[in-house]
Amino acid sequence: MLPGEFEYHRAGSVDEAIKLIQQFGGDGKFIAGGHSLLPLMKLRLAEPAHLIDIGRLPNMAYVRRGNGTVSIGALTTHYQLEANADLAKSVQLIPEAAAHIGDVQVRNRGTVGGSVAHADPASDLPSVLVALNAEFVAKGPKGERTIKAADFFEDLMTTSLGEDELLTEIRFQAPQGKSGSAYEKLANKASHYSVVGAAAIVTLGGDGNVQDCALAFSGVSSRPVRATAVENALKGKQPTAENIASAASHAAEGIDYALSDIHASDEYRLAMTKVYAKRALTKAVERARNA
Amino acid sequence: MKVSMTVNGDQNSNDVEPRLLLVHYLREVLGLTGAHIGCETTQCGACTVLVNGDSVKSCTMLAVQADGADVLTIEGLQKDGKMHAIQEGFWEEHGLQCGYCTPGMIMSTLQLLQRNPHPSEAEIREGLQGNLCRCTGYHNIIKSVQHAAEHMKEGAAAD
Repeated sequence: MLPGEFEYHRAGSVDEAIKLIQQFGGDGKFIAGGHSLLPLMKLRLAEPAHLIDIGRLPNMAYVRRGNGTVSIGALTTHYQLEANADLAKSVQLIPEAAAHIGDVQVRNRGTVGGSVAHADPASDLPSVLVALNAEFVAKGPKGERTIKAADFFEDLMTTSLGEDELLTEIRFQAPQGKSGSAYEKLANKASHYSVVGAAAIVTLGGDGNVQDCALAFSGVSSRPVRATAVENALKGKQPTAENIASAASHAAEGIDYALSDIHASDEYRLAMTKVYAKRALTKAVERARNA
Repeated sequence: MKVSMTVNGDQNSNDVEPRLLLVHYLREVLGLTGAHIGCETTQCGACTVLVNGDSVKSCTMLAVQADGADVLTIEGLQKDGKMHAIQEGFWEEHGLQCGYCTPGMIMSTLQLLQRNPHPSEAEIREGLQGNLCRCTGYHNIIKSVQHAAEHMKEGAAAD
């Protein structure tokens, strides 16, 4: 199964990559790890005439932290996220989500930038980044801009990245104080893509009540969805099992469109949002208590 | 397009089409048929090789992406005609039936033991999640990995 014919270009810098994509327009495609694009090309669902390899751009695979902001380079692999000791302590849901993407070989090659730019609704990191209120840094011919996670994912396999823009970095504020986070997913047994994935972040106040919380789902809709009804129901409350369950019962509210396919019906997916919301919030609360 | 890489310690350089997959380069250009082509869709792991120390499915990487890389295939594991401890493990514990998945299983085991020399059974199962055995001989494969882990000297996985 070979991809269609294409011309291969290896970019030595971000500027060169942007120049190349400008030159080829819609006929060009960036490739990093290639674990979303190459399978599509082998099935001839994608047939770019020009591949621009950004996999070797220097200094784009990193996890940095400064002034409470965590910055992740777009070429950071899922394995690098999974194995990051700093994230495992402070932003647990990232390594937790990364560790359940595909399999070891896929995580060795697949990159965070490639995954989110591909915007498969069943992929895990988009909902994690939406829950974290992350910002996406895009570079294009007109310079650099940042896009909020809520505006980045527009629809099924569609982002607000321009055709001539390259995603270079993702950054977010690390949860502060007594915070914990978790990612729980109902995975397709064969592909490990999420049928439903729940990304939860909880911050407890001095009184032990939920001061702040965020919850977002992968896999359910055409893009990651934020469960504001659950968040509002839990804020200010004691994070008891009853209160978590009661808040989680609102999980499907506000999801106006749910995916329905051979893996799960829309009804099942919506039912599972409540189950996985509860599991993710319970785990996040437990971690917040131990923070 | 010209690609050069080191495969099992040997330098090679060839002119290839950009769309040539690494697994085809290894099998058809270099004649190293140890990495098998199974599903061709990034699922079965029969084509697993190590590229710069990371296990990859070589059906989902272009040969041009491996330009300049250090590649290790199943053929590179034996030393002076003596099997690697992981190969010994699969031999001793009957870790193969038809053998089609075995090269990929062994290369994934190498990656697993490099990162975690003493894995639990659950960790072995997770570490081999990207490799399918359609004989369903998983039970003995797990025992083979355990055998290898017990018999591998510290640091030997890096060889």
